[in-house]
Amino acid sequence: MTEVEPGFWTTVADVVAGVSLLAGAFLTLAAAVGALRFDSLLARMHAITKPQVLGLVLLLLGLALRVRSWSAVAMLVLVVVFQLATAPVSAHLVSRAGFRTGKVDPDALVPNEMDPEARRD
Amino acid sequence: MTGAESEHARGGLGRVLAQWPALVGLTLVWVLLWGQLSWGNVVGGLLLAVLVVVAFPLPPIPSRGTFRPVPFAGLLGRFVTDLVVASFQVAWVAVRPGPQPQGAVVQVRLRNPDDVYLTTTAVLSTLVPGTMIVEAERDTGMLSVHVLDIEGSGGPDGVRRYLLDLEDRVLRSFAPRDVLARCAAQDGTEGTR
Amino acid sequence: MTVVVVVAAVMVAVAALLALVRIERGPSMLDRALGLDLLAATLVGAIAIEAAWNRRTETIPILVALSLVGFVGSVAIARFAAREPSRAERRAVDDRAAEDRAADDRAADDRPADDRAEEDR
Repeated sequence: MTEVEPGFWTTVADVVAGVSLLAGAFLTLAAAVGALRFDSLLARMHAITKPQVLGLVLLLLGLALRVRSWSAVAMLVLVVVFQLATAPVSAHLVSRAGFRTGKVDPDALVPNEMDPEARRD
Repeated sequence: MTGAESEHARGGLGRVLAQWPALVGLTLVWVLLWGQLSWGNVVGGLLLAVLVVVAFPLPPIPSRGTFRPVPFAGLLGRFVTDLVVASFQVAWVAVRPGPQPQGAVVQVRLRNPDDVYLTTTAVLSTLVPGTMIVEAERDTGMLSVHVLDIEGSGGPDGVRRYLLDLEDRVLRSFAPRDVLARCAAQDGTEGTR
Repeated sequence: MTVVVVVAAVMVAVAALLALVRIERGPSMLDRALGLDLLAATLVGAIAIEAAWNRRTETIPILVALSLVGFVGSVAIARFAAREPSRAERRAVDDRAAEDRAADDRAADDRPADDRAEEDR
C-alpha cells in the first residue's frame, strides 16, 4: 500500500464510498416506494426487510470508507450486526400479528397453505 | 454447554461460566461500542456481561453443535450474494410500473426441528429472496413463509426446494454428524413435501 | 463527492417523506409500525450521509442507538396489535384449528395469561 503514492488509495476509497452511498440511498428509497405502493401488509414487510437492510449496510459501508478510523468501523459493524439480527425478528413479529388479527386478506394469497382447510398434514 | 445436572451441582458460578459464549459476545459488543481495545474496556465489559447474564437468565440451549469452517464460508458467501440479489429484486418490484406480483403463503417442513437450526434457517430465509417467515412451529419444524412474487420464485415447490437447500447449508455448517446422517436418511421422503 | 452526497441525501429525504405518508395512511397499527421502522432507517441513513460528507465520527454513536429504536418500536406495537381483536373472536379461530395440536400450541403463545398461567411472561 505504501509503494503507490498516498493519494491513490484514498481516491479509490472515496470513489467506492460514493458508489455505495448512492446504491444505499437508492435501496432505501426503493424500500420506501415499496412500503407505499404494495397493497398488502406482508408485501410491505418485504420492502422493509430486504432493500432497507442492504441499503443501510451500504450507506454505513460508504461512511466507513470515508472516515477510515478503526473505532468508527467497530461501531458501524455493531450497527450492521444489530440490523441483520433484528430486521427478520421484527418482520416475523409484525407479519404474524397481522395474520392473527385478520389484517391480512387470506384470499389474496394464492396459494395460501396457511388456510386450515388446505393444510396437507 | 455441558449437561444440566453438572451445572446444577456447581451452583451459581457454574451457571454463569456455562454461558461463556454469551459472556464473550457481550464483552465483544462492549469493546466495539467503545471502539478501542484496552484492558479497562475488556474488564468492564466482562463485568457488565456477568451482570447481564445473572440479572436476565435465559434457559440453556440444548445444542451440541459443531462448527465446520468450509461449509460455513459457503453459507456466508451464498447468504451475502442472496441478500444483494434479493434486495435489488424487491427494489425493482417496488419501483417498476405495472401490476404487483402475486403473493402466496407456502409451508415447508424442515428435516430437523431443532431450535437452533430452525431459528437460523428462519432468520436467514427472511433476508434472502422473496420469502419471509410468518409462522414457525417448534415441535414439527414447520415453517410458513410468505412469498412476495410466487411466479418469480419458481412456484411453491421452488420455494420449498430453496428453503430445504438453505437448511441443508445451515446443518452442514453447524450440525453434528449423527444429525446429518439422520437427515440424509430422510431425504426423498420428508424433504419433498 | 458533492454531487453524490446531494443526490443520496435527496433520495433518503424522499424515502423519509414516503415513510411519513405510510405512517399517516395506516391503515392498521402494524402499517404504522412498519413506517416508523422505515423512518428510523432513513434517519440513520441521513446521519450516515452527513458524517460521510464531513468525515466526522462523533455522530456514529447516534447511529447505534437509532438502529435499535425502530426494532423496539415495531416489536412493541406487534405485541399490542396481537391483542386487538376480542377474545371470543380469537377463540373461534383457535377452535377451528384445534384438531391440529401444533396449530393449537402456536395460537396459545399469544393467548391471555389465564389460559397458560405457568408459561410466558
